[in-house]
Amino acid sequence: MNRPQQQFDDLIAADERIEPRDWMPEGYRRTLIRQMAQHAHSEIIGMQPEANWITRAPSLRRKAILIAKVQDEAGHGLYLYAAAETLGVRREDLLDALHTGRQRYSSIFNYPTLTWADVGAIGWLVDGAAIVNQVPICRSSYGPYARAMVRICKEESFHQRQGFELLHTLAHGTPEQHAMAQDAVDRWWWPSLMMFGPPDAESTHGEQSMAWKIKRHSNDELRQRFVDMTVPQASALGLSLPDPSLRFEAGHWVYGEIDWDEFAQVLAGNGPCNRQRLEHRRAAHDDGAWVREAADAYAAKHEAAA
Amino acid sequence: MLWEVFVRPRRGLSHTHAGSLHAADAELALRNARDLYTRRSEGVSIWVVPSSEITASSPDDKGEFFDPAADKVYRHPTFYEVPEGVEHL
Repeated sequence: MNRPQQQFDDLIAADERIEPRDWMPEGYRRTLIRQMAQHAHSEIIGMQPEANWITRAPSLRRKAILIAKVQDEAGHGLYLYAAAETLGVRREDLLDALHTGRQRYSSIFNYPTLTWADVGAIGWLVDGAAIVNQVPICRSSYGPYARAMVRICKEESFHQRQGFELLHTLAHGTPEQHAMAQDAVDRWWWPSLMMFGPPDAESTHGEQSMAWKIKRHSNDELRQRFVDMTVPQASALGLSLPDPSLRFEAGHWVYGEIDWDEFAQVLAGNGPCNRQRLEHRRAAHDDGAWVREAADAYAAKHEAAA
Repeated sequence: MLWEVFVRPRRGLSHTHAGSLHAADAELALRNARDLYTRRSEGVSIWVVPSSEITASSPDDKGEFFDPAADKVYRHPTFYEVPEGVEHL
């Protein structure tokens, strides 16, 4: 085995971080670029379902909170694109891969936000699931990814809490408000469980990513952790979860069968909002072209003057 | 020429500002930084940046520059009330 490979393997074995200037196997670099780009794309596509409710937030307080949250998602996208760029890719190429469908974003964002309660369900369940997924990535073997994730996880905590508080308020409000909260939880519960990806037996990237310590836990482990944390929170909210087979056994909450056909359909582009999300993203990018051109012109002018 | 020195204490941590030094060029700045700031193995990686290349916010602007964040307490998780006994939030 050659020396750089040996060095890389030793660093991984010693649980050390790989930094941008280190030699790394091509597969490691490719896997990281794919995962970090997909993560970044998810952050900025994730702005859409929630931004849908900014103009209709029920109070100034809720509106300010929601704007701050959507702004955070944009920030998270930027941390991650910047971290991916340390691997030698260009941000515009990553965005292009998103716009042409060569790279994906989390399938959860292909579901619609039908009522105000969905903003709460997203904060509590979707951000809750994201936190469970992301906390172990704070110890990912690639330094810039791990450091970006530390910042993100700190900020996600506010996201989850505001969602929980929003749902708690609705669940303890009028019967109509309670019903609205319950309906949102009924629609978001199963898609949130799908966020952890396919079952371990069918996961295509899992094993190698674990060996490289990009990932620290399997999809099913993380899914179970999320369910165990969330079920007691649901009863604190006074809301039920749409799984009649949910039961406590040997220290864990056992959940029912996940509809993996639905997951496959949404992943294949046939979810309720796939087309809308991507079209909106492309339109936002095209509409913003003049800003990029103006920035280039400004830079060129100042370079000429210098 | 003045250089700012950033040292990464160990893998996984960011480079943090250690101080500055004088050197004729980048290569000498790196060597000097090694001698000056990592005599006790304080780092595994060093960045040197010409001080003149750093654009900094002005201490006088402190108020207006950072003001926009001051009144947004709802950006902090502690802003939200969590019912007693609810864990992992």
